[in-house]
Amino acid sequence: MSAALAEGHIASAVRADGPPAIQLDKVNKWYGSMHVLRDISLQVATGERVVVCGPSGSGKSTMIRCINRLEQHQEGRILVDGTELTDDVRSLDAIRREVGMVFQSFNLFPHLTILENCTLAPIWVRRMPKKDAEELAMEYLRRVKIPEQAKKYPGQLSGGQQQRVAIARALCMKPKIMLFDEPTSALDPEMIKEVLDTMVGLAEDGMTMVVVTHEMGFAQQVADRVVFMDRGEVVEQGPPEQVFNRPSTDRLKLFLSQILRGH
Amino acid sequence: MSDISLGSSVAGVPEAAPRQPPALTTGPAAWMRANLFSSWLNTAVTLVMAYFIIRWALGFIDWAFVNAIWSVPNNQTQACRALKGSDHPGACWAVITEKHRFILFGTYPFEQHWRPAIVCVLFTALFIVSALRRFWRWELAIVWAVTLVAIGVLMWGGVLGLEYVPQERWGGLPITLILATFGLAFAFPLAILVALGRRSSMPAIRVLCIAYVEIIRGVPLISLLFMASVMFPLFLPEGINIDKLLRAQVAVILFAGAYLAEVVRGGLQALPKGQYEAADALGLSYWHKTGFIILPQALRLVIPPLVNTFIGFFKDTSLVLIIGIFDLLTAGKTAIVEPAWQGFGVEVYIAISLVYFIYCFAMSRYSQNLEAELNRHRVR
Amino acid sequence: MSQSATDPRQFRAPPKKPLRLSWADERVRAIFWQVLIVGIVIAVVWWLVRNTQHNLEVRRIATGFGFLNREAGLPIGEALIEYTPASTYFRALTVGVLNTLKVAVVGIILATILGTLVGIARLSKNWLLAKVAAVYVEVIRDIPLLLQLLFWYTLLQGLPGPRQALNPVTGVFLSNRGLKLPFLDWEVGHSWGLMAFVVGCCGLYLFAKAMRRRQMQDGQPRPIWPAAIGFLIGLPALAWWLGGAPVGIEWPALRGFNFQGGMSVSPEYFALLVGLTTYTAGFIAEIVRAGILAVAQGQWEAAQALGLRPGVVLRQIVLPQALRVIVPPMTSQFLNLTKNSSLAVAIGYQDIVSIANTTLNQTGQAIEGIAIIMLVYLTISLSISLFMNWYNSRIALVER
Repeated sequence: MSAALAEGHIASAVRADGPPAIQLDKVNKWYGSMHVLRDISLQVATGERVVVCGPSGSGKSTMIRCINRLEQHQEGRILVDGTELTDDVRSLDAIRREVGMVFQSFNLFPHLTILENCTLAPIWVRRMPKKDAEELAMEYLRRVKIPEQAKKYPGQLSGGQQQRVAIARALCMKPKIMLFDEPTSALDPEMIKEVLDTMVGLAEDGMTMVVVTHEMGFAQQVADRVVFMDRGEVVEQGPPEQVFNRPSTDRLKLFLSQILRGH
Repeated sequence: MSDISLGSSVAGVPEAAPRQPPALTTGPAAWMRANLFSSWLNTAVTLVMAYFIIRWALGFIDWAFVNAIWSVPNNQTQACRALKGSDHPGACWAVITEKHRFILFGTYPFEQHWRPAIVCVLFTALFIVSALRRFWRWELAIVWAVTLVAIGVLMWGGVLGLEYVPQERWGGLPITLILATFGLAFAFPLAILVALGRRSSMPAIRVLCIAYVEIIRGVPLISLLFMASVMFPLFLPEGINIDKLLRAQVAVILFAGAYLAEVVRGGLQALPKGQYEAADALGLSYWHKTGFIILPQALRLVIPPLVNTFIGFFKDTSLVLIIGIFDLLTAGKTAIVEPAWQGFGVEVYIAISLVYFIYCFAMSRYSQNLEAELNRHRVR
Repeated sequence: MSQSATDPRQFRAPPKKPLRLSWADERVRAIFWQVLIVGIVIAVVWWLVRNTQHNLEVRRIATGFGFLNREAGLPIGEALIEYTPASTYFRALTVGVLNTLKVAVVGIILATILGTLVGIARLSKNWLLAKVAAVYVEVIRDIPLLLQLLFWYTLLQGLPGPRQALNPVTGVFLSNRGLKLPFLDWEVGHSWGLMAFVVGCCGLYLFAKAMRRRQMQDGQPRPIWPAAIGFLIGLPALAWWLGGAPVGIEWPALRGFNFQGGMSVSPEYFALLVGLTTYTAGFIAEIVRAGILAVAQGQWEAAQALGLRPGVVLRQIVLPQALRVIVPPMTSQFLNLTKNSSLAVAIGYQDIVSIANTTLNQTGQAIEGIAIIMLVYLTISLSISLFMNWYNSRIALVER
């Protein structure tokens, strides 16, 4: 799909020292009696870029949403930046400050301008003066290449532009970790590239990223590790060339054949 | 970029046996924990409410059933009165037992009550038939016309060997149904014309329609009913007299027409512009375009709000009580004027509420289901 | 677009088509239809007016509003301004308008509070609370308001007389003569306190704005609740104390056959207010619920993921979006409540409709009487919808 992206893998920024950025330990989750996450164990090192893929309903979105507790797991432990996710509101606030999230459907605030979307959290959470927050926001809007749209409202922007604003909005909190939940699935094909380019730029700067996506080109270029999930389990994981070229399980082989046919 | 589903083709792959979620996340105990006792505040709310509901329900059962009197001989209501003042008050349903025919059919000749009874059944059947999707065709208009004529024949009589009953003697539920149904039947075409007029490109017509809709919607129905009862006679040439029911019916039609017009206009506006352009591109005349392409779609869009509006003026027909027309509510209020039965208003009003509730609840459930169904279609 | 404005050569006016007097010309048809329909309307109105004039002459009914200055001679139970049966019809009608406003304004406030609570309760995680709220909404909306009013009024009349009045709380008496409440023995100190409260509200508003501005400058949020206590409780208390700290409370007491003293609410007003409030609240609850549901789940999630606290999410994200959905239908509910207050005539509360109705029965001047009713309601309706349109455009401006 994105041939331009696939020109060689960018340098890894993994730092093995220190605690892992994210650690999932035998995490289980049920919706009613439906078992959606089964004994998920996963470690993401600081600076590591993990791409999660798998068929729909495999639990990959649920897993990523558990990491900043938009969903609650019922068994096991999740540690983010060394802090365990519990019901404790203070630790949850601290974690959410460090973890940025980008959604499939953008979820920009329609009643606020692009600039206000970006400054809201720095002002109310980081307690930044408005002027500083606006300067910060403009800096990130320049980085996602839409500073000229700052005074517009989300409804006036294209899908790709909106998703880039959503990335800038998350970055304005200066997070240590970024989570992407199918960031390009709701976009028209011609807009996917502009969003992926932004994400590649972020990866080059050494951001710790967990990305749920079907963009295999992106995975090959950026990922340090690809995690394949199916039916709530981590079936296989490894470097992209190993996962894509030498799959060891039938489920992954089938998935890859389907996704290649799909393209 | 659609998601890929592996489906059952990997059934051969051994899969870990599904594990049950930890205890207290499913089953009735878990349900109660999650929905009734999830926090201290929730538990407190649940307990307080449960206490009041049980207490109130027990009190109501005592009043309405345990201590109630269901019939008394020959209008001798002393037993009922004694019950009212006692420590264990009870309902006097005897008033309903005694007066239900009067409340339902008013002063219609007693031995002819089967006629208004059939009329009520016909009306109800008409509503049900109109509600079913498979009858949504142009023929439905004919069914309406035939039924309404049949209803007129039954009520008036004078033909087919039926005894003539003057309109002054009609009353009760048939009047309520007549006002609402004839109101809808005439207000609906009026509403469509007004809605089209309000979107017309001709300024004079637009202004007329806007003025009509806004004035009617700006004043209470009562003022229109007063107008019908005291002003209409002045409007007409000397010697022409229209009876009170018909005048009230005209007021209801004018009133309903304005509200329905706004609903229809909503449908016309919600229709995608492409539909108008496509109709124009076919070279159809205005009336062909409107009748064959625009209206069928626009009306389908607004059926749920139309039903809600109808529920509204079904209830509003009760206002004719104020100008002394003998509908269901007036009949109920008159039933307790008789000295023997004075003071049993609560029982009568509860009974009448039940009749209104059954009709309105059925219609509102219907409109909710229809709305959900239409939404599902739109999503696909 | 801007190019054509600066370069006159690129701009050309559309050609004016000459009007041909032909049936094929669309504009000719349009004019024909409009003239025809307006002509019909004028003819019908003229015919009605002619008939009316003739009928009035035959029945010897005078026309005009001269009767307004005559003595009304109709007794009115409750009036906000001074009124005796010797007052004029004009004054009687004014009393009626004020009575309508009295029930409408109080009803709107109470219905909004009750409706909002019920609407939120319907979304509660507590199953019992949500179900009770749902049943309330369904039942109250499916029974005619007039029937509910008659029911409440009958229920009130079925209460024991003043001598056996229900006394749920000390000083509160409920009997078939209405509701009696203890009330402050009004003195100058109370007026001072009330004025100080109004001043305190304005002060708090300005203070909160100033604090917000300072937060925007240095980023530090400042709690405003200490100031709120000071402005809303401290200031009025101080004014009341300076005004002599009057503490007299007038208790209703039984004298003879009825209560004297305290605040009294007539059974008619009470039944009308309860009926209008509970009925309209059923509709408002649905509007509030729909408004809250209209804010997509994703908005909550995005705000949470940014680490915003629940209070901030509510104020900055949810309310601005929900209000946008809520305000227009809420306006029509306020209008409905006002128009529905005209049902007062059925239970004998003397609002404008009731008094105008008596007037037109006494004077025989039906047209004028009904015109007055309609004019009053059109004015009220127009005022409410103008105000709400202004408010709506204000919150819509923030949007886009």
